[in-house]
Amino acid sequence: MHKTNPSNPPKPKKMQVAIINYNAGNVQSVLFALERLGVEAVLTDDPATIRAAQKVIFPGVGEANTTMRYLRARGLDELIRSLTQPVLGICLGMQLLCEHSEEYDTPCLGIIPQNVIKFRPQHGEKVPHMGWNALYNLKNGIFTSELEGEYVYFVHSYYVEAGNYTTALSDYTLPFSAALQKDNFYATQFHPEKSGMVGERILQNFLQLAS
Amino acid sequence: MLSKRIIPCLDIKDGRTVKGINFVNLRDAGDPVELGALYSEQGADELVFLDITATHEKRKTMAALARNIAQHLNIPFTIGGGINAVADADLLLACGADKISINSAAVRRPELIDEMARAFGSQFVVLAVDAKAIDGEWWVHLNGGRIPTDIRLLDWVREAEQRGAGEILFTSMNHDGVKQGFACEITAQVSELISIPVIASGGAGAMEHFYEVFTAGKADAGLAASIFHFREIGIGELKGYLKEQGIVVRT
Repeated sequence: MHKTNPSNPPKPKKMQVAIINYNAGNVQSVLFALERLGVEAVLTDDPATIRAAQKVIFPGVGEANTTMRYLRARGLDELIRSLTQPVLGICLGMQLLCEHSEEYDTPCLGIIPQNVIKFRPQHGEKVPHMGWNALYNLKNGIFTSELEGEYVYFVHSYYVEAGNYTTALSDYTLPFSAALQKDNFYATQFHPEKSGMVGERILQNFLQLAS
Repeated sequence: MLSKRIIPCLDIKDGRTVKGINFVNLRDAGDPVELGALYSEQGADELVFLDITATHEKRKTMAALARNIAQHLNIPFTIGGGINAVADADLLLACGADKISINSAAVRRPELIDEMARAFGSQFVVLAVDAKAIDGEWWVHLNGGRIPTDIRLLDWVREAEQRGAGEILFTSMNHDGVKQGFACEITAQVSELISIPVIASGGAGAMEHFYEVFTAGKADAGLAASIFHFREIGIGELKGYLKEQGIVVRT
């Protein structure tokens, strides 16, 4: 049996993963996905908790302009820019890490110097790009080689062009960035929390990055 | 390339799946989450849960169901059945639902689509429409196809898209339950008319029917219930067949 020493109370437990909670769609499903992986996570908009977390997830479903205004009003924009631990932006979260979005001509966080533009189908493709699509040209980071060619779940009408920070491609009307990385900022256009076993693997790879 | 989606549909009453589902390898065949998980393992791309409970407690039971599914399943799911107001949808979103489907309530008050799309984004709003062909013209029907309207199918889906629906789930009443194939011709007309994805429903009885609805029917997804529940077709087997026929599916 362990004895507890009353003069030395345990320190408040450091949250392993902070999920930034803001007025964006389905943040709950990211929390559930981490729970399924047995990872301790918290949904929070508290700057101190976010700063102290070993990993930060910046989820997002919604519209860029409203969301950026919300983040700025609460100082979360500055907070996100200043984070030094591994950060994972998902879907709109990825787009907001970029420089600028065509969605209502919105200046974004400017962490990854790429722009977000709208799909303009030439051959009658549907917008949004909704459903399962394949990943290719994977680069290290959160991708392991066995994930090449695997399918993940996308829902988006805007995309990031392939560029220097692209770490995975997918094809819809053209090859676009399915994932990005710059320094400690990782991002996926797809929803790993909704992408079955493949998505779980990608989340696990992110969680295993050195903090 | 974007793959075609295969979507099993589960009818739920009082938190349990209805229809005589008979899976030997399930601990509790009436548990929607366990059945959903089995379909997910077999390769289902999404799941649709239709709550047909008709009590005043419905809002609470649907929320509990959505939370239970979201906690345990790692693929997208839609929940629907009698959603009438933004507040219903808001609760389901908070419980982890990826999409909600609305049907009769949107026909009765089309502004509901605008309100939902504004509040949650189009990606959250699936417009389900049941229609029947009468003398060659397709008419929207309410309450699971029981009540006819004077609204033309093609007019309604175009309006729904303009109001902000993110996806159309189209069921042909003429084909539903007959197992002679989907309504490919009208599904193709719907799909070509609008630029949002179309899920075809009603009529699946054989693997070829999915091939037909993805080619001639130009559908983005195919939905079925009984052929999966009664194990007439396995999802893995169906996807293997489609892949051989040159259809892009997630395997």
